[in-house]
Amino acid sequence: MSESMAPTTPPEPDTPPTTVAGRLELLHRAGGIAVPVATAVLAFAIGGLVVLATGHNPFLAYRDILNGAGLNWIAHPWDANTVHTAPYNLTQTLLQTTTLILTGLAVAFAFRCGLFNIGGQGQYFMGLFVASWVGTSFVNMTRPVHILLGIGAAALAGAAWAAIAGFLKAAVGAHEVITTIMLNWIAYWIGSYLFQQGGPLQGAANKPLDIPISADIANSAKLPVFWGDPDLQGLHIGFFVAIAALIVFWALLNRTTLGYEVRAVGYNPDAAAYGGIKVRTNYVRAMAISGAFAGLAGGLDMLGYLFHVGTSDVQASSIGFLGIAVALLGRNTAVGVGLAALLFGALLFGTTHGLQSNVIDPSLAGHLTEIIQGLVVLFVGADLLIIAVWRAGGRLRKRAPKTPAAEAAS
Amino acid sequence: MRGITKRFPGIVANDRVNFDLRPGEVHAILGENGAGKSTLMNVLYGLYHPDEGEIRVKGEPATFASAKDAIRSGIGMVHQHFMLIPVMTVAENIVLANEPTREGVFFDRDAAEQRVAQLSRSYKLAIDPRAKVQNIGVGQEQRVEILKALYRAADVLILDEPTAVLTPQEAGELFEILRTLVREGLSVIFISHKLNEVLEIADRITVLRRGKMIDTVPREGATEEGLARMMVGREVLLRVEKTPAEQGGEPLLEVEDLHVLDDRKLPAVKGVSLSVRAGEIVGIAGVDGNGQSELIEALTGLRKRESGRVMIAGNEVERPSARRMLDAGLGHIPEDRQRRGLVLEFTIAENTQIHDYNREPMSRFGWIFPRRFIELARRLIEEFDVRGGGPTTKASALSGGNQQKVVAAREISRDPKVLIAAQPTRGLDVGAIEYLHRRLVEERDEGRAILLVSLELEEILSLSDRVLVIYEGEIVGEHGADASEEAIGMEMLGAKREEVA
Repeated sequence: MSESMAPTTPPEPDTPPTTVAGRLELLHRAGGIAVPVATAVLAFAIGGLVVLATGHNPFLAYRDILNGAGLNWIAHPWDANTVHTAPYNLTQTLLQTTTLILTGLAVAFAFRCGLFNIGGQGQYFMGLFVASWVGTSFVNMTRPVHILLGIGAAALAGAAWAAIAGFLKAAVGAHEVITTIMLNWIAYWIGSYLFQQGGPLQGAANKPLDIPISADIANSAKLPVFWGDPDLQGLHIGFFVAIAALIVFWALLNRTTLGYEVRAVGYNPDAAAYGGIKVRTNYVRAMAISGAFAGLAGGLDMLGYLFHVGTSDVQASSIGFLGIAVALLGRNTAVGVGLAALLFGALLFGTTHGLQSNVIDPSLAGHLTEIIQGLVVLFVGADLLIIAVWRAGGRLRKRAPKTPAAEAAS
Repeated sequence: MRGITKRFPGIVANDRVNFDLRPGEVHAILGENGAGKSTLMNVLYGLYHPDEGEIRVKGEPATFASAKDAIRSGIGMVHQHFMLIPVMTVAENIVLANEPTREGVFFDRDAAEQRVAQLSRSYKLAIDPRAKVQNIGVGQEQRVEILKALYRAADVLILDEPTAVLTPQEAGELFEILRTLVREGLSVIFISHKLNEVLEIADRITVLRRGKMIDTVPREGATEEGLARMMVGREVLLRVEKTPAEQGGEPLLEVEDLHVLDDRKLPAVKGVSLSVRAGEIVGIAGVDGNGQSELIEALTGLRKRESGRVMIAGNEVERPSARRMLDAGLGHIPEDRQRRGLVLEFTIAENTQIHDYNREPMSRFGWIFPRRFIELARRLIEEFDVRGGGPTTKASALSGGNQQKVVAAREISRDPKVLIAAQPTRGLDVGAIEYLHRRLVEERDEGRAILLVSLELEEILSLSDRVLVIYEGEIVGEHGADASEEAIGMEMLGAKREEVA
């Protein structure tokens, strides 16, 4: 609102918001879109310095990573050199993006309720395991029913797993960061148990060797592939489910009474309680919805392209944790999570194949994503520092004589 | 102080302010919140550096790099919030940073206590040097602060809103102390926004408005009306205009033998019974921390009741929750608008619906209609004269007075039978106070039952048709609209209960 009158009385002293969501809101207001972009650029720049330190040109390295992710296909769709490889690379990137959107939303939704869901990994596991069980059971089901059952069960499993942390917070005030980390480990060991040799879901029967891995899911449970070869890990329709989840996330938060409650509790639980909102119920519900997103990610991965899971896969998986960086970089908004998921998806796939050792040190390539992921979390975690720097800059600018004073009010 | 200018980002807090203090006078600085009183004094005390202007002390130009320099020049300041260490004794607090020592290293407790006792005698500031600060009252703490300044050989004493935390009796004692100090040759700067106090104690009065010095006037000939006009810049209605309450309204809020625990699980409200009829304002007077907050929270369903009954319009609300109390017809202007009353990150429109977002017409089957939020907010903004933003402005962008108007607009527009107003004007300027007071009386005349809880006795007296006094969680007195400040003040300090016991 532009008022003709400049502020004539000093504003009340800034009371710093008390919740994490409130602080992030402050950051959002302080810098708009510039801060996440700066965060990403800075993280990539520092990652580039690491590449430089190993004796390679960071610009060439990043170019080859993004080309390897298939993004060059968008710029030059008919280039004879890439027309056969690039579309395939892009489908692989989008497979990662699909998962990252959902694990990112799992963090973002809880965040909007003032909760820090570190348990995306465990919730993803539960979705993965349940989808594996549903996919290998009920083999005589018709395809759509089997698929829907698998996806639904996976989402419910993730929701239930996360709701445990929400319930513990509501009932006894146990901090969700601690409980979700613990639940991650429990899920991890459940996986190790389920798929170990002789474990309940180990499927040695249809495998050549007696290895700790599940049986492949039935064909009736596999998601249709709409781009690429179904036998070569093509892009499945789960991609559209993830896009739809972004829309659902936005609408749920901004257009439903449930979202209103979640946001009110996230910003100011005292005011929410005063308004008649049940704060504890919202903790449980927000965690459950978050977990449903992560469980859905596990379900889509299982039914879409993994088809089986082994104990070594469980040990190696960290896609749920990457969702934290996706959510933070995406500012816990639908559009932001979508873009951040695409960026990290490209990094994930682009660093895993086809890179020449004269462009980047091969032993560094696989870890570059982790470096950038860590830097993003670090920078956003230091939000108050960034705000302080931002405001110091603002003060310096305002000392300049011609800056209109009214700007401070907006 | 001549031509003092201090700028902050976006505002000029002090604009070429002139101020002079004569030896042996009490000089009051009067202004609304945000008029620049505290900024001016912080400049004088060396906490801020002026962008323009000069400070002279006893004729000599002075530049204060920090408060230390100001103290060395004989300036002492008693802040609104006391800066004492509770676990240390009065004497220890007073000599802190300037301790008398034996053989240069050891703290000389006896000397310290003697010096403090001597100071306290010569300025007639009765105090026990050996008492721990945590065991003495607010009025005593203030004396310790004053003695601390005197111990550092201050001859100019700045008091920032000194009566804000005091009962009328304690304020009276403070004024006596100030008169003694002035007789001993000290000069006092007295910062306040309360007109009656300023007229009682000050020799000269400087009025600030929006950072500018309006005028300096002698007390003789100054009137509350004139000062208020200078403060606000227009005619102000100081007295709340109201007719006596209509008799015989239905009791809309009835409380019987209510017991409530505080956060530490100690009894905070001990058997309170009260009733508020339609068309009357009942004020609850009391010193802060005597169970008012717990009482309000219990009435509004935000805190569990241990026992007792609460009835709204004759219906008992069982298993009370915030939602049930709202549905029963209760409105609540909470004492802390930023912590409870508003979600600062929400827009005005979203804030106006914090009780009703889940009902038609704002939503249906869980789906929200933001346009209806905005339409309604636009009407409320106009009706309640909220300035500084539109329906989609974030609540945090509004000034305190306009934030409070949003809260009041929301609560009143829900057409409650009972309205609980807790500290409705705390921290607001005269204009906003005037508006809210008028509005509360109007709502009373509409037939609502209003329970007013305030720490400002003046506010209670000017609005209430009946006054209840709360002391240590019990109602210890009841008065009519014409109650005297003295009688209520005594009861606020627990005098009556001790008599009975």
